[in-house]
Amino acid sequence: MATVPSDFYKLKEQQIQQYLHDSIQVPPELRQNVLVTTLDKLYNWSRRSSMWPLLFGLACCAIEMIATAASRYDMARFGMEVMRPSPRQSDLMIVSGTVTKKMIPAIVRIYNQMAEPRYVVAMGACASGGGPFKEGYNVVSGVDKYIPVDVYVPGCPPTPEALIYGMMKLHEKIERQSIATVPWYQEGFSGYVPVPRLGPDIFDPRQVELIKEHTLQATREAAQAAQAAEPTKAAGPAQLSDKARARIEEAKRRLAAKRGG
Amino acid sequence: MSEPTAVAEGTEQLPFNDAVPGAVLGTWAEETDKAYLVAPDKLIPLLTHLRDELGYDYLSNLTCVDYLTYQGKKRKGVQERFEVVYHLYSTRKGGGHIALHVRVPENETVPSAVGVYPGANLQEREVYDLYGIRFEGHPNLRRILLWEGFHGHPMRKDWKEAYYEQDTKPFKSRHPRGGYQFHEDKLPWGKNTTYPPGWDPDTWQEPVAYVPVSMAPHPVVQDPEEEERRPHVHTESIVINLGPHHPSTHGVFRMLTRVEGETILALEPEMGYLHRNHEKIGERNTWLMNMPFTDRLDYLNSMSNNWAYALAVEKLAGIQVPERAEYIRVIMAELTRILNHMWSIGFLLNDLGALQTPALYAIEEREMILDLFEEVSGSRMMCNYFRFGGVVRDLTPGWLERARYLAQERLPRALDELDRLISENEIVKARCRGVGYLSAEDLIALSVSGPMIRAAGVAYDIRKAEPYGIYDRFEFDIPTLPNSDVYDRYYIRLLEAREAVRILQQALRDIPGGEVHGPPAYASATLEEGFGTILGGKGGYTLRPPEGEIYSRIEAPKGELGFYLVSDGKPNPYRYHVRAPSYINLNALGPMCVGYKVADAIVVLGAIDIVLGEVDR
Ligand code: SF4
Repeated sequence: MATVPSDFYKLKEQQIQQYLHDSIQVPPELRQNVLVTTLDKLYNWSRRSSMWPLLFGLACCAIEMIATAASRYDMARFGMEVMRPSPRQSDLMIVSGTVTKKMIPAIVRIYNQMAEPRYVVAMGACASGGGPFKEGYNVVSGVDKYIPVDVYVPGCPPTPEALIYGMMKLHEKIERQSIATVPWYQEGFSGYVPVPRLGPDIFDPRQVELIKEHTLQATREAAQAAQAAEPTKAAGPAQLSDKARARIEEAKRRLAAKRGG
Repeated sequence: MSEPTAVAEGTEQLPFNDAVPGAVLGTWAEETDKAYLVAPDKLIPLLTHLRDELGYDYLSNLTCVDYLTYQGKKRKGVQERFEVVYHLYSTRKGGGHIALHVRVPENETVPSAVGVYPGANLQEREVYDLYGIRFEGHPNLRRILLWEGFHGHPMRKDWKEAYYEQDTKPFKSRHPRGGYQFHEDKLPWGKNTTYPPGWDPDTWQEPVAYVPVSMAPHPVVQDPEEEERRPHVHTESIVINLGPHHPSTHGVFRMLTRVEGETILALEPEMGYLHRNHEKIGERNTWLMNMPFTDRLDYLNSMSNNWAYALAVEKLAGIQVPERAEYIRVIMAELTRILNHMWSIGFLLNDLGALQTPALYAIEEREMILDLFEEVSGSRMMCNYFRFGGVVRDLTPGWLERARYLAQERLPRALDELDRLISENEIVKARCRGVGYLSAEDLIALSVSGPMIRAAGVAYDIRKAEPYGIYDRFEFDIPTLPNSDVYDRYYIRLLEAREAVRILQQALRDIPGGEVHGPPAYASATLEEGFGTILGGKGGYTLRPPEGEIYSRIEAPKGELGFYLVSDGKPNPYRYHVRAPSYINLNALGPMCVGYKVADAIVVLGAIDIVLGEVDR
């Protein structure tokens, strides 16, 4: 054992300190062999230390993500060197780059395919809020408009140091979670995000009612204007067309049914 | 009534009219970049004449301008709203281009150039997608960057997006009463989407996009007698989809392949998954504001993108560049070229299954180069270092020594190491030799540029064919290889990186002292001079190039990177178009893959060396 540095055991003791149980003390003579901790701490420690990111790059930020994984910055130090191309095998989705409207259905699908517990890091200005391209007609201004995000890393692109800092923040977040309260072990919980669809513009199925109210209101206003322009028709209060009214009734009924169910 | 052409001239002085009578109607923008106005019905005969008789075999750029809100004087009285623009070069003779304009009123069609230049395929589809101009005779006129069913054609000047604020930047309305209202809060659904009135999401059906992957561009002609003699199992072909999330498509790129067994019968690229609207945003920015956006086109090579844009604006506005800045530009561009070629070799090997090792070697050298970039520009990747008339600031003390160390010792060694590691490898040879063959003539007809055509034996490099900057002062060769397969495309990059090291060594030896930006301070930037000068000072901020148009290109690491700019004398570019090499090189992807295996398609794509930021823009 001559190769073991003299302060090795001290160092080891320091390192495991944070994982030990708060109140249950192990007698000193047993400390070399026995360790008492909580399930949460053990579980979080193992999850945190073997986080497998999805091999998934979108734009410029992906290049810096690759640089982070490469030898100079070496994400392997955080147990993250195994990038999995399959969403089924990965715990972490690093959204590295500009999210476009054409791409967001695929991203949401991939997110849905990841097994829980799953985490999302928005890397860079684009993924966090649209970045330099926010005003663009094909750009989603932030991936959090569609899927929940755990950590935002600012920068354009964030330097590898910044990304690693973001990862450390994610680790801190994981350490604070408890099996008893995390949503994905609750009964009836589903983290499923409805996949956005490509219409004349991208639309979120969760917002169909809202969009419909808006687009159909425009129809109603047009009908009103037409009525005002045509004095031969009976002037009266603003009228919805029968078809539109039926549609709204239908939508209300469906919403009520959904709420009730 | 005014004349249909802006510049009416006697048609007898105009060129080409003796060969194709009545083709050329006049000229346009005499001062900056000469262009001929062409009658639409004579376009195809004229293009054929130019290609066959005059040697203009290369259609470099095809785009469109919407002149709806044009404020310049040159186009007074012209009725037609759109102009489709063609830029032709000769790869045999070298030299400058011929620019052709075809004026199109709204809702009219233009004959498709695909029959003469197959390379017009993707570019015409882009024009159709973004401007709504139909090309008659195009075999596959579908949307390309956006999806089928998208409302409107967004590059039209009267098309407004959800987050539209004003026509031009800087926005006057940004901070009314000191506060800023987020766009999200202005729209009921909190997203940057608009829906046409009366549209009902409940009954909406996505139009089924017909992807013609059953049409093999080069049909495999089978001899019926041969079929008879060799009985084999008859199989049905199926369509396999790769991407947009796929680890080996270099980003969000999608390929649809029709395969029989494992053999590819047809391959259709699908793109637009990273379409970030560079051009729409660029036409709203001021001239200088576009500089950082060019960084994000081909994000591996921000310095060369900067140069291409700066060069175009300098030509348009007649700005001179001082000696030292020219040298700095060459040094940065060649460093970028080495970085790009090493990266692309590393990731080509990644695609071949040599997971990570060669890529890690490449990234190690890249980090060294990025340190140099970061030191002068402040950023590792998005350098934003060039300005009109120079570069943003001088080199830091000791920079040249470090760069010399890299150029003299480290980079040549690293390239030799890669060479030893890869070139003689049995597996690399077995996978790459003879894969993805396309003849030099086909490649040029498909508008492919860069290392791809040099690996087919065409010694065409813009640095020699139409020198820009100070490339005529350096001694370097244009390496070519004869086989036009994936192996040669790999090896040509290594050879080019070696030549880049040679140029680098000469430039680092000869670099003079002096200013790094010219007298009109479009480019100055020290903190002492104040932040105004970082933006180019008042004069630079409101740079107004004279009315006219320019198409200018450089030899970027991935091929020919061109910028087509139209100025109407205002502080914002009227038209800002990027001719991206990655995008246009993809013309050749389908033809190159036919007849090979699915696994080869991945390698062929890797050898084209695309970057999605530039493909989709
Ligand atoms: S944040 Fe910047 S670097 Fe990252 S994807 Fe967006 S533009 Fe590219």
